[in-house]
Amino acid sequence: MTSQSTHTLFKPLAGAQGAAATNVDIWFNDQPLTVPGGRSVAAALLASGVSRFRATPVSGAPRAPYCMMGACFECLVEIDGVPSRQSCMVEVKAGMRIRSQEGARDLPPVTDAPLENIHGR
Amino acid sequence: MAADFGSETVDVVVVGAGPAGMNAAMRTARAGLKTVLIDEQDAVGGQIYRGIGRADARRKEILGPDYAAGAAAADAFAASGARHVTNASVWQVTRERGVNYLKDGKIGSFDAQRVILASGALERPFPIPGWTLPGVLTAGAAQILLKSAGEVPAAPPVLAGCGPLLYLLGWQYVRAGVPIRALVDTTRHEDRWRAKRHVFAALRAWPFLSKGLQLIRTLREAGVPIFEAADDLRVEGRIGTDHVERAAALHFTTQGTAHRIEADVILLHQGVVPNTQFTQALRATHHWDNGQLCFTPQVDAWGELDVPGIFVAGDGAGIGGAQAAALQGSLAGLAASAQLDAITASLRDTEATQHRRALADVMRIRPFLDSLYRPRDINRIPRDETIVCRCEEVTAGELRKFVELGCVGPNQAKSFGRCGMGPCQGRMCGLTVTEVIAQARRVSPAEVGYYRIRPPIKPLTLGELAGE
Amino acid sequence: MTSTSSVRPDVLVLGGGLVGSAVAYGLAREGARVTVLDEDDGGLRASRGNFGLVWIQGKGYGLSPYARWSRSSATRWSLLAEALLKETGVDVALRQPGGFHFCFNDDELAEREKRLSTLQDELGDYPYQMLDAAEVRARIPQIGPDVIGASYTPMDGHVNPLKLLRGLHTAMQARGVRLVSGERAERIEPQGNGFIVHGTRGTYRAARVVLAAGLGNRALAPFVGLNAPVAPNRGQVLVSERVTQFLDYPTLNVRQTDEGTVQFGDSMEEVGFNDFTTTHVLADIARRGVRAFPLLQHVRLVRMWAALRVYSPDGFPIYDQSVKHPGAFVVTCHSGVTLAAAHALRVAPWIMGTPMPEELPNFSARRFEHARELTPVH
Repeated sequence: MTSQSTHTLFKPLAGAQGAAATNVDIWFNDQPLTVPGGRSVAAALLASGVSRFRATPVSGAPRAPYCMMGACFECLVEIDGVPSRQSCMVEVKAGMRIRSQEGARDLPPVTDAPLENIHGR
Repeated sequence: MAADFGSETVDVVVVGAGPAGMNAAMRTARAGLKTVLIDEQDAVGGQIYRGIGRADARRKEILGPDYAAGAAAADAFAASGARHVTNASVWQVTRERGVNYLKDGKIGSFDAQRVILASGALERPFPIPGWTLPGVLTAGAAQILLKSAGEVPAAPPVLAGCGPLLYLLGWQYVRAGVPIRALVDTTRHEDRWRAKRHVFAALRAWPFLSKGLQLIRTLREAGVPIFEAADDLRVEGRIGTDHVERAAALHFTTQGTAHRIEADVILLHQGVVPNTQFTQALRATHHWDNGQLCFTPQVDAWGELDVPGIFVAGDGAGIGGAQAAALQGSLAGLAASAQLDAITASLRDTEATQHRRALADVMRIRPFLDSLYRPRDINRIPRDETIVCRCEEVTAGELRKFVELGCVGPNQAKSFGRCGMGPCQGRMCGLTVTEVIAQARRVSPAEVGYYRIRPPIKPLTLGELAGE
Repeated sequence: MTSTSSVRPDVLVLGGGLVGSAVAYGLAREGARVTVLDEDDGGLRASRGNFGLVWIQGKGYGLSPYARWSRSSATRWSLLAEALLKETGVDVALRQPGGFHFCFNDDELAEREKRLSTLQDELGDYPYQMLDAAEVRARIPQIGPDVIGASYTPMDGHVNPLKLLRGLHTAMQARGVRLVSGERAERIEPQGNGFIVHGTRGTYRAARVVLAAGLGNRALAPFVGLNAPVAPNRGQVLVSERVTQFLDYPTLNVRQTDEGTVQFGDSMEEVGFNDFTTTHVLADIARRGVRAFPLLQHVRLVRMWAALRVYSPDGFPIYDQSVKHPGAFVVTCHSGVTLAAAHALRVAPWIMGTPMPEELPNFSARRFEHARELTPVH
């Protein structure tokens, strides 16, 4: 159920640097996603059909980036097993596993497993 | 504290690499002082010149000549000999001039003789119903997407609010060939009449004004629908097939006529305000500025706070724009250099003269602009059902109930309802909360005060603090 | 704010923090007319800077009546919580599942055993268990390998202190208590039949006055022939973002709030009226936190703060009625959360004239008149 085209809020500017960026392959909520590189995770996701980054811990309301400069903390996602990353402050890299943050952040289960493999779901 | 973290002793630490920070660091470095410019991005520029180092000719053309001018500052800084610590977020500045930061997952610390804070401004909160829905961003956010990622809205956006930055964004979009659904301007005729009181200032500020008029003319000529004196702004949400509610339209009224304009990207802006997180955490004295409707730190003519040895330069001391920021950075750099005996007082004063003249010229227009683009009361002090604290989802109505319960200020409100205790540490709600309480108590915002701000100013993890 | 009565109150309570508002609420329950004077938004306010523990274990080592006093509050706490819920709708999130004090080496374990067994000997009814690492892990699976054991008592619990303050304020005002905010008592004038309190904004009269102004009590007490030699003791605390609920038990240094945030703390410093944080103390607290719960390593810290405990020379409370000016009381402690129930349900009646609770004579400030070596205990 990837409805990218209806929920793509931003797009690279045709004919400018944005359009010429190399794409990178990442994962979003366990789905493969190709996004433009050379920018923040938030910018990459906004240009690739993602418009819901998290659900608030208080009411579960959907949120997405608001300020893009690290002040609003709306763009929090889990990157490579580490929750609560401000996606507007992190550069997107190939192979990143990104998950929307659903409410209060998860904690790693109490095992010896490395952090990357903790999410079975 | 110094011993525990192997903190590094330097002469001057400048926090923030925008125009103020670059100029301050350049001046102290030129005076021979061991200077560190520390910033959370990977290149200089702050927000206003964000991405300047990587922007090609086309992008510079779209963003306009003011942006392109940042390139000269960036080049001059690179040649200055100041050390630039990048991708480092400062999470605390102490009154004893310790600067604690986080870089690459490790905490570090500088012990400085002088600290110059240049962390600029934040977008003023714009609490209207529906402002928390996905698809609503600030005009500043849209500019960052343009400057740092070359991205524009996929479908025609609505721009709403007031202030030069909003019109500038519209102008930049037009130049980039991005269609705009509408520009919804909340400025009213009364604002223009009020602004005319500053008519002499306005005359001297003609270059700025004509630029502003040109921006709007460009928009009209491009066929962008422009609505003025807009009131009752509200974002309508729509629930998609994935059961997620997103922004779908902006509602507003003009002269009694109701409008509904569909857009899935709504860009809000009603001015910028000083970023006072560091200065409030230092417990420096702040004053309520009724023209700019915000708290500004109390500084002397060189930008020094009433905390000895710590300066503020740029928008963090009071909104003045990029040119003023650059001049204030130079003045703070001069003062710090003289205080550390790296230059004579006489040289300091001689150099300062031209900066002060230029600064006075640039600042002359401020009261006029502040008056003209004064954000509407209803967009700063919203109705009960509007969310005020985004992080903890506290509404204006709930906040007013706390006042009824005896809350006299924002810190009690924080303890009564978690308002302001979320990760943004009051950046998105502080001014709103102060003004809502002031209105409910019928006193001035100055009497109400502001949140007590505590470190970490930027987040760090338990493990990072533990030194793991 | 509630209606301001033109009738003179029976009692003036100076201080609207956890102590003052608990006392005022209790007084209102006794039918008294009460006015509370509360400082402005920027006051030091120990009520806003505490850990929220309803803590018994280990307290009273060296003065076992304090253990009895604390326990009498803990056993009444659910009454207070229910009353506040019923009267205001505010759920203060009281949980009393018992609490743990983790130990990281054998010396700590031995010290803990000694302290608790001594208290048990003195008091008789004092349930506790010393647990080894496996036993702790069976109850709290997330503890780290550095935790070699712990003491546990079923008597301990925790509460949301901010909701408690809000609940007390709401409840007391619903019962007619008048709250004057932004007011600070500067001077008290004993009169023949009562007291006149001079504040920064106004003047107030009542037959009785209760000093519940925390660190402010020191300067106020002499006006009414009392002694309250309290001094600030700084505690620093780290607060995390919200995380999924993983820890139901309170522990001395780490607890998870009902909102999901995790708090780390328990430092003590004598630095005067300085409520700034310091990196090395916070780093120590962080290290202890990571050792106790390694799974919290990547959790983000949202706030670091310091607050000033209201500390007497031996760390125990001070409860006194003035001999020179009967009707003047001082009520001060550093455990305003734990003792909230005792303050509302046992101290308030005493202020209105019922016999003094039997533990209280131990806490008179007269014990400081023959000051020997006094070591603050927790």
